[in-house]
Amino acid sequence: MAQITVDRKLCDNHGQCAIAAPKVFSMNDEGILEFEETFDDALLDEVEEAIDVCPVQAIFVKD
Amino acid sequence: MDQRIIVAGASLGGLRAAEQLRAAGWVGEIIVIGEENHPPYNRPPLSKEVLAAPGTPQEVLAKLAFRARRSATGIQWRLGTRITASNLADRTITLEDGEEIGFDGLVIATGLRPAQVVVPGPVDGRHVLRTIDDAMALHAVLVPGAQVGVIGSGFIGCESAATAASLGCTVTLVEGRTGPMERPLGSALSSGVREMFSRRGVDCRTAVSVVAYRGDGSCTGIELSDGSLVAAEVIIEAVGSHANVEWLQGNGLDLSDGVECDRNLRVLAADGQPMSRVVAVGDIARYPDVRNGLPARRVEHWATPTDTAKIAAPALVAGIAGRQPAEAPAPLPSFWTDIFGTRINGVGSPAHAEETRILEGDPGQPQEGVAVGYYRGNTLIGVVNAGLPASRHLHYRQLVLDAGALVTN
Repeated sequence: MAQITVDRKLCDNHGQCAIAAPKVFSMNDEGILEFEETFDDALLDEVEEAIDVCPVQAIFVKD
Repeated sequence: MDQRIIVAGASLGGLRAAEQLRAAGWVGEIIVIGEENHPPYNRPPLSKEVLAAPGTPQEVLAKLAFRARRSATGIQWRLGTRITASNLADRTITLEDGEEIGFDGLVIATGLRPAQVVVPGPVDGRHVLRTIDDAMALHAVLVPGAQVGVIGSGFIGCESAATAASLGCTVTLVEGRTGPMERPLGSALSSGVREMFSRRGVDCRTAVSVVAYRGDGSCTGIELSDGSLVAAEVIIEAVGSHANVEWLQGNGLDLSDGVECDRNLRVLAADGQPMSRVVAVGDIARYPDVRNGLPARRVEHWATPTDTAKIAAPALVAGIAGRQPAEAPAPLPSFWTDIFGTRINGVGSPAHAEETRILEGDPGQPQEGVAVGYYRGNTLIGVVNAGLPASRHLHYRQLVLDAGALVTN
């Protein structure tokens, strides 16, 4: 399991992460990011993609 | 000796290409060569928050520099280095100091540079916006009360006009042939955006072009094609771009509008056949619109380098190994902009619509929440929404995906 942090000061709720890794990131009805704080290693590719497509580079992963 | 891939261009496209080459299993050398002195950094803030309040050059770079994937190891960066020539048959490139470097595979990711307005008049006071250095220079003159003329009303023109107005400048937006972001947004939403500008005191000049700049030594005004004169000592030229293809001349490529590629981003040789060892990434790549069955086009959106690198890198690794690439996916283009705090999100290919339909809200009031659908025949090919939560954007994106009948060849 790896751990995700999102810098909420940077996050601008673009929603691109929810497109790249919908099992981990989602946007609620108000358009605010919600996410799972840990994820299975099998999802690493999706999460790396979410990090790539974040327009403000707000997503970080720790082992 | 190790095999070597050269990545020409060290912006987002060059970074993503290098990462995706490693992800595709490339264990040989990767050399990324870029003309700017800065490591890869994020450009969209340059017309928005960085233009408004950059801080020091070090702070800007700390804020904007991309983090590379941890898996992207062993990449050599040669920054501040310009490539002047190439010989694709001999597999070499030449740097401006004359050094020649051989390659087994080449990624073309040298991107674009801003076009400039070619009219008579002084040069001092004229700016473009593409790099950190451009943004720092422009920020320094966007002081309250400054008279600013923005030439061109695409994304960069509109964003920098909004930022300048927010900083207390007196702004004139010379729209050019079409209204604010009219090509990606369509005419109804474009008119709504013009209203947003007008309410914030931006003087929008519609359907006029620049005839000349006025001033003795430095700019004091803009002479327009309708005969009017606009006072402006700061000029922001946002009139499109040129692809950085000069170093590829002499190889028989079609360089008329970027670099022509197949759907795997393999560059097409003079005979029209894809090359196995040369690919292109980012907004320099002109590739087929498989999704809508339309001719090849360049896509100048932020997501393009990441989307195209994921296709081009495995195709190049396969090509060097003498294999055919896997069937490439057809990326769904997407874009966003922020105008006076209103987020505008687009997905698909709205510029190629034959018809538009309002899905919700009033296009005349983008800040209140609106979505417009773009159709070819009866097929939804794009949606642009403004002032809505991201959850609505995801919903509309799914509608476009679901409607998309991929044209296969």
